[in-house]
Amino acid sequence: MLLIHCPYCEEERPEVEFAGAGEAHIDRPKDMNAMSDAEFEKFFFIRDNPKGVNYERWRHIHGCGRFFNAARDTVSDKFLTTYKSGEKKPEVATQKPVQGAKK
Amino acid sequence: MSAQNRIKGHGQLSLAKTINFTFDGTTYQGLEGDTLASALLANGVHLAGRSFKYHRPRGILSAGPEEPNALVNIARDSTRSQPNIRATVQELYDGLTAESQNRWPSLAFDFSAINDGLAPFFPAGFYYKTFKWPPKAWDKLYEPIIRAAAGLGKSPAEADPDRYANRYAHCDVLIAGGGIAGLTAALAAAKAGKKIILCDENPNFGGAILYDNALEIDGLSATEWVEKAVAELAALENVRLLTRTTAFGYYAQNFVALAERVTEHMAEPDPALPRERLWQVRAKEVILATGAIERHLVFADNDRPGIMLASAAQKYLNQYGVAIGANVGVFTACDSAWAAAFDLKKAGVNIAAIVDLRDNPPLELQEKAQTCGIRILRGYTVTKTSGRLRVQSISVQPINGGTVEQIRVDALLNSAGWTPSVHLFSQSRGKLKWHQDRDLFLPDIYVQDCISIGACNGTFDENELIAEAQAAGNATRKKAKAIRIENQSSWAGNAIGAAPGAGPSDNVKAFVDFQNDVTAKDIRLAVREGMHSIEHVKRFTTTGMATDQGKLSNMHGLAIAAEQLGKNLPDVGLTTFRAPYTPVTFSTIANHARGPLFDPTRKTPMHQWAVDKGAVFEDVGPWKRAWYFPKAGEDMHAAVNRECVAVRKKAGIFDATTLGKIEITGPDAAEFLNRLYTNPWTKLGVGRCRYGIMCREDGFIYDDGVIGRITDDRFHVTTTTGGAPRVMNHMEDYLQTEFTDLDVHLTSTSEQWAVIAVQGPLAREIIEPLVEGIDLSHEAMPHMSVREGKICGVPTRLFRMSFTGEMGFEINVPADYGESVWQAVYAQGEPRGLTPYGTEAMHVLRAEKGYIIVGQDTDGTVTPHDAGLSWAIGKAKPDFVGKRGMRRPDLVAEGRRQLVGLRTKNPKVVLEEGAQIVATPGQTVPPAIPPAIPMKMIGFVTSSYWSEALGHSIALALVEDGHSLEGDTLYVPMEDRTIEVEVSGCVFYDLDGGRLNGKN
Repeated sequence: MLLIHCPYCEEERPEVEFAGAGEAHIDRPKDMNAMSDAEFEKFFFIRDNPKGVNYERWRHIHGCGRFFNAARDTVSDKFLTTYKSGEKKPEVATQKPVQGAKK
Repeated sequence: MSAQNRIKGHGQLSLAKTINFTFDGTTYQGLEGDTLASALLANGVHLAGRSFKYHRPRGILSAGPEEPNALVNIARDSTRSQPNIRATVQELYDGLTAESQNRWPSLAFDFSAINDGLAPFFPAGFYYKTFKWPPKAWDKLYEPIIRAAAGLGKSPAEADPDRYANRYAHCDVLIAGGGIAGLTAALAAAKAGKKIILCDENPNFGGAILYDNALEIDGLSATEWVEKAVAELAALENVRLLTRTTAFGYYAQNFVALAERVTEHMAEPDPALPRERLWQVRAKEVILATGAIERHLVFADNDRPGIMLASAAQKYLNQYGVAIGANVGVFTACDSAWAAAFDLKKAGVNIAAIVDLRDNPPLELQEKAQTCGIRILRGYTVTKTSGRLRVQSISVQPINGGTVEQIRVDALLNSAGWTPSVHLFSQSRGKLKWHQDRDLFLPDIYVQDCISIGACNGTFDENELIAEAQAAGNATRKKAKAIRIENQSSWAGNAIGAAPGAGPSDNVKAFVDFQNDVTAKDIRLAVREGMHSIEHVKRFTTTGMATDQGKLSNMHGLAIAAEQLGKNLPDVGLTTFRAPYTPVTFSTIANHARGPLFDPTRKTPMHQWAVDKGAVFEDVGPWKRAWYFPKAGEDMHAAVNRECVAVRKKAGIFDATTLGKIEITGPDAAEFLNRLYTNPWTKLGVGRCRYGIMCREDGFIYDDGVIGRITDDRFHVTTTTGGAPRVMNHMEDYLQTEFTDLDVHLTSTSEQWAVIAVQGPLAREIIEPLVEGIDLSHEAMPHMSVREGKICGVPTRLFRMSFTGEMGFEINVPADYGESVWQAVYAQGEPRGLTPYGTEAMHVLRAEKGYIIVGQDTDGTVTPHDAGLSWAIGKAKPDFVGKRGMRRPDLVAEGRRQLVGLRTKNPKVVLEEGAQIVATPGQTVPPAIPPAIPMKMIGFVTSSYWSEALGHSIALALVEDGHSLEGDTLYVPMEDRTIEVEVSGCVFYDLDGGRLNGKN
């Protein structure tokens, strides 16, 4: 079970309090009617599936109820950062694993 | 029986504390503190089980959790019978009753041992190859026979009567393993003020040093030092010590699962205690001090009872005071077995010879052996053993060839060296590195905040180990007080793979995996047959796939496969270590989630009333809903017909509490609804209601429900029963992340309101006397309106609405008043024929009116237009969720499935829901051969009922271009007949809707 830091509650809470909500930073266009079919397809159906840093939405559904964004490493499952919805997408790098035991 | 092999003056148990136990019906005596294995050995019992495939007699091989052979069934009573318990870890208690497994009629004479003689016919992959043909024989013949013969032990037939506990814990440092490394790290971390959990799978801390009689730590014997360290830790408030507790699973973010066996060792378990406790620990840092496991040597007939790991024999002697034999041979490639031999010799056991694969074992060991008068055979191997139920002799030969000599023994110690227990490290997703010089896989790349110390990190030298443990435990890295180590014994030297004499050219049975009966020959055969990855070798031979998960066998299996492939060992790959480290009972995992607590059910305030009325319930999501209310002698059909007629003729009362309810408030509430629902809301008057449809962006129907405007800025929204949580989530999502310009608040009120639907021509006159402050007349309160007032003195939101097609009301009252208001309404109406009806009658009544149920008549690919609900789309609205999606090419194309009504030509025939529909008769369904015309399915039935009110069956269906087919004849092919149907509109009853207004 993962621990997830809720940027609104400002603390780490267990994964069971949260629900994933798909890819982050996809804005609903102001003028939906002006979208071409291709644009609609891209907006609604096409999603990234990166190996590494994934920007995704979560909801603290059994907590404060707020939606927020997270950058998670899909390889290690590590949450690299979480931030409030509406905030700019932060640049984060994949964490490097530690080689050799700490002696 | 007395315990003839217990040596006075040895071991840590008190000879005065005797207890009785039985094994296969014979009563024996053991001592308090024994394991079942040590007590059996004390009584001279080595034979403990039969192997899985060949049914070969097997003895106790180890003294720990890695035991592959001595698996027994332990039963306290008929409900507490557990198979596959390792005798080496089961603590003895007075009255313990154990039975051996996998034998018939007895352990000493097992009929299926004939398999052993037939072994040449049972090589690896035998099952896959032999039982292939003919294909039909598999189900009927081969599988039943193989299943009957297979399996270890028998699972208990009765439910588990015991209680299991679950606990969450947080700590700074979790230390898995309480041997010398774990204890040292715990002392260092505890002094640094950290919150610590230290767990060990054994009943006592100390690990391997508990049976090291030579070792001195700070001038104390190992046992004295352990006692002092544990006492020191126990006195600290920031330390939690858990014995009999196995860290079995290492998950993401340092989440570690522990299984604590609370009462398994007690003769009379305290009923106040749980039997086992699951700990779910979140640790800032994990220190792995899980030690190492000694490997056996792979040589011919290495599985006879009496052949044992050297460290196990040493432990049985030094901890339990048990000599495993009187005339013992030693076969080793590792220094540590020599120490075991010296200890046994000192206790008066004759050591027949130490056979060492190495040409030059350390001189000091050789000198010591000579001093004790022990014969040394350097550069020798064991080529053969004899003895059916107990080893009787070994045949030894120089590795380079030469004379074979037979040596009589009654037990044989063997050691191929030590394998670090990297299981938990691997579970943490850490990567291992092969160290060619030491033949060891050791932790290399860490992905979690953990650290391996001691033997599990390949640190066998006690001085280095102490330094490593102190550094791991003490984050401040201040120099810790030195700990003085003296007389440590060496763990150097090892062998991996088949020993000389069991190589490719030798036709012998040299076991790699005891529990699954896999020999070195089997692994070579697997490679020859094309299994080149260790994952394939493993599955083909089943090596490492038994309940011990290859704790002893994995490295040997790898080495033999690598040799056969001509590759370096790490290039063959390493199978993944998975949780659990040792078997964990289902009860511990399931814990409290059993019976009614497995999946909690939701019940409405009127639930008990329905139970008392004899309702039959159905599950709707987590809810229990009254399905129908049968009277004496009625079947479901009769009850539903009666309930439907009552609603149409008089009135019915229905529990609609489960519908989702959301209160939407704020100055922009109407605009919010405009954007979330397809309908327009701005002009809906206060006190009026409207049926709303919610779509997703893709234009498909997501949910529906009636929405009432309570005040200008307050709406009472209802959703489907199953859709309530996702609708709330959908609304919150848009409100928080897209429509942030709107000033709106959403509150789930599903639990706050109980809803009593009263439907039928008499509905108004039944409730009127109970209602205060609301004019119920048609003029003052028409169809689709809502009023606030009181009923039975209780505040109510009273809706005039209908899901039956009759004039009806839905009385919303605070949930706590639900049952009493229901009873008052029922008392008022019953004399006039008010009849409780369930969800089945509700379904029939709504289908007669063509009202859809989202999720039954729609499936997530149906647009409002497909469902015949185009009238509910606010075409003038500039935007709403789903508006753009509805214009997608596929959604406006021809050939979409559209919702229609179906009338069977034979009115008595009720279609099956889900039945397929075709346009041309004569199409047949398989298995008719050959099909006259290839079948083209153009739709399917979504709802189908008998309508008592109409005297014929009715159905709704999704049919390609259905809206243009009204009046056409279609066909529903079934297995035994084809049913003719006519396409109609969706509304079957009261076509002009007059009854909603109390007319017709």
